[in-house]
Amino acid sequence: MSQTIITPPDTVRTPPSGVPAQGLLVGPAPHLADASTTRRIMFEVVLAMLPMFVAAVWLFGARAAALTFSTTAGCLAAEAVANRIRGRSQASLTDGSAVVTGVILAFSLPPGLRLYQSFLGGAVAIGLGKMVFGGLGQNLFNPAMVGRAFLMVCFPVALTTWIEPGTLKTIGVDAVTQATPLAAAKFHSGPLPGLRDLFLGNVGGCVGETSALAALLGGLYLVFRRVADWRQPVGMLGAATVFSSVAHWAAPERFAGPLYHLTSGAMLFGAFFIATDYVGAPVTPRGRLVFGIGVGLLVMVIRLFGGYPEGVMYAVLLMNALTPLIERWSLPTPFGGKASG
Amino acid sequence: MIGVFSGKRKQFKRGIHPPHRKYTQAAPIRLFVPTGELTVPMAQHIGAACVAVVKAGQVVEMGEKIADTDAFVSAPIHSPIRGTVGAGTICLLPSGRRVPALQIKPPADGGAIPDGFLKEFLDGDWEGVEPSAYDPEEICAAIRSAGIVGQGGATFPTFIKLKRDPKRPVDTVLLNGAECEPYLTADHRLMLESPGPIVVGLQLAMRSTGAQRGLVCIEDNKPDAIEIMRKATAGRPGIEVVVCASKYPMGGERQLIPAVLGRVVPSAPKGLPLDVGAVVINVATAHTIARAVVRRRPFTHRVVTVTGRGVREPGNWLVPIGTPFADLIEACGGLTEDAVKVLAGGPMMGPCVPHLNVPVVKGTGGITVLSAEEAASFREGPCIRCGRCIDNCPLHLAPTKIVHAVKHRDYALAAEYDMNACCECGCCAYVCPARIPLPQYIRAGKNQWRVLQEARAASGAPT
Repeated sequence: MSQTIITPPDTVRTPPSGVPAQGLLVGPAPHLADASTTRRIMFEVVLAMLPMFVAAVWLFGARAAALTFSTTAGCLAAEAVANRIRGRSQASLTDGSAVVTGVILAFSLPPGLRLYQSFLGGAVAIGLGKMVFGGLGQNLFNPAMVGRAFLMVCFPVALTTWIEPGTLKTIGVDAVTQATPLAAAKFHSGPLPGLRDLFLGNVGGCVGETSALAALLGGLYLVFRRVADWRQPVGMLGAATVFSSVAHWAAPERFAGPLYHLTSGAMLFGAFFIATDYVGAPVTPRGRLVFGIGVGLLVMVIRLFGGYPEGVMYAVLLMNALTPLIERWSLPTPFGGKASG
Repeated sequence: MIGVFSGKRKQFKRGIHPPHRKYTQAAPIRLFVPTGELTVPMAQHIGAACVAVVKAGQVVEMGEKIADTDAFVSAPIHSPIRGTVGAGTICLLPSGRRVPALQIKPPADGGAIPDGFLKEFLDGDWEGVEPSAYDPEEICAAIRSAGIVGQGGATFPTFIKLKRDPKRPVDTVLLNGAECEPYLTADHRLMLESPGPIVVGLQLAMRSTGAQRGLVCIEDNKPDAIEIMRKATAGRPGIEVVVCASKYPMGGERQLIPAVLGRVVPSAPKGLPLDVGAVVINVATAHTIARAVVRRRPFTHRVVTVTGRGVREPGNWLVPIGTPFADLIEACGGLTEDAVKVLAGGPMMGPCVPHLNVPVVKGTGGITVLSAEEAASFREGPCIRCGRCIDNCPLHLAPTKIVHAVKHRDYALAAEYDMNACCECGCCAYVCPARIPLPQYIRAGKNQWRVLQEARAASGAPT
């Protein structure tokens, strides 16, 4: 329903001064719009991830930047190829959504990953995670998490090898490996880092997730700007807090406390940047809260009782699968009750 | 925090805050005297079209009835000027419909509109008017014969709304002076310059419906109108001025009634304000009612705001019904070079006109000419499921779900999502980052659904 230009018919009456020669533009009301556009939203998400990027480069060196660029390149390449195959314009490359996917994927990968692996991950994220469904807005699953799941299957060792921050200064040099805080807590494989290190990010883990502070800064910006809904982070963090508190209370020697869980792994990054992804989450307000709570519970179930120390990826993917159902159950009731007829 | 600053300001949930851009709020109402011929459409209201009762070549006086019908839901049409009836023609209405129209040519020597008409329209002694001197039947009959329809835009014949029905009693008449549409100031100016007839019109509406209470509802971005209406209503029993938040669409009756009375109107299309004991009339309608009942003046003129950056000298005009947009815009200095869109009404709900031979009709409250810079571009992108349409829908619908159903031509599903409750206010499209014209899809869906229902009814299948 794009706007068309209609040339005025031959008029009996002299048109008033200054009627544009090409005629008037016609289109459906409304004729005003808020300044926010898809591109601006994507830009704000990228902006909000800047603190995490800075933290990542600080902790893991240029390697973090290289990974981020390679996943993003993989995303853009896949989108371009898919557009080409579908005979669509390449305009979607500039809407920013592929960049957002690329950065989120990079931030959820271990810093020691090889660049061809991360590029491949980006290509799969967009290719299989988004474009096969029809592009922006059509995908069922979070594309970045699809890319990560793919890498997890293909390169299980690389995806679970963690390095100590500050030991990887240049690309390709062997670094000191280290258990992540969650692995340490789960398998009792090493000393637990203090909350201060967890908060600042001076621990092993994925590129962007280690600094709770950076994730919180960016996340609060998104919520404050209303780019992200508060319901997913509140639901997810709230559910995780309750769950981990109960577990810690029941078996303190076996399970770490809620603060440890909130600040470690991808909990905060996931709550503000992965669970808040518009496309994979329900569009309804109540649905988003349920979605967030579901992610939070699943993360804790996987962390405490599953085979993996961390569970944000699988939790989000599982809840993505439930999204249509949640949406169906959480449709708002019209203000004046169901309309008849 | 809002409450601290604004006291008892009335509010509804959701909705949006578009820029006000009331450029013409300080421009006094001027009289537009036509020199060219008028095109008066035979269908300016919801309901049956009228048929001309005058012949070509006949000289008609201002206010003389020129068209009428026996149908119940309808309103007669009167000549807005003294002049000669021309040939019948077909004209384009702002809504996009093409309808028969009568042309009326003003006399060459002037005198189309009597001197002092503007003064008579705005001023006069309304203090001494006693509404109880008129009985309800008489009020309704006068409103019917004056051809009054709702001037807020819906153009529903007013006498039907104000008819007393013992089965559905009305306790409150809301006078709608919210004027929540950006740009428009016609109602605002009318309240400032002619509060007398507005208050009397409200009293007559209360008398007709049997309502004991009358509330004048004004958004808080019009403090001068609030003050003037407070003065004008002082000492009138049962009448109060209510200050509403400046928020779109405050002037929609399904927002105004909950905000002011705390009552929820059942969903459209079946639910009506009447179901909760309320009737909403626009301030301009009330003004016309008072003139019709007390002074026996038919509905021939209305106040129109001509505004927007696309017109050189924006202003508020008292305009004879049937005046072509072209003539009125010419009186405002013409269009600017970057004018791109001409709207009948305000920018949120006003339809575009494709050319300027469209006449001002009973429901035209404004002509907004948008410049290229003002008009938002609605080049549609893919829905990113941000949910803002849902977060801001004042009727608590899920516009994106409805639109998806309409796009898949599943009109039954769209109806299941309460498509027919939508009031097409445009909040969803205003906030949509993908610039999807959601109300347009919903309008299309409603039409298709109606066609399907009619076909089903015609074939005798159960609905």
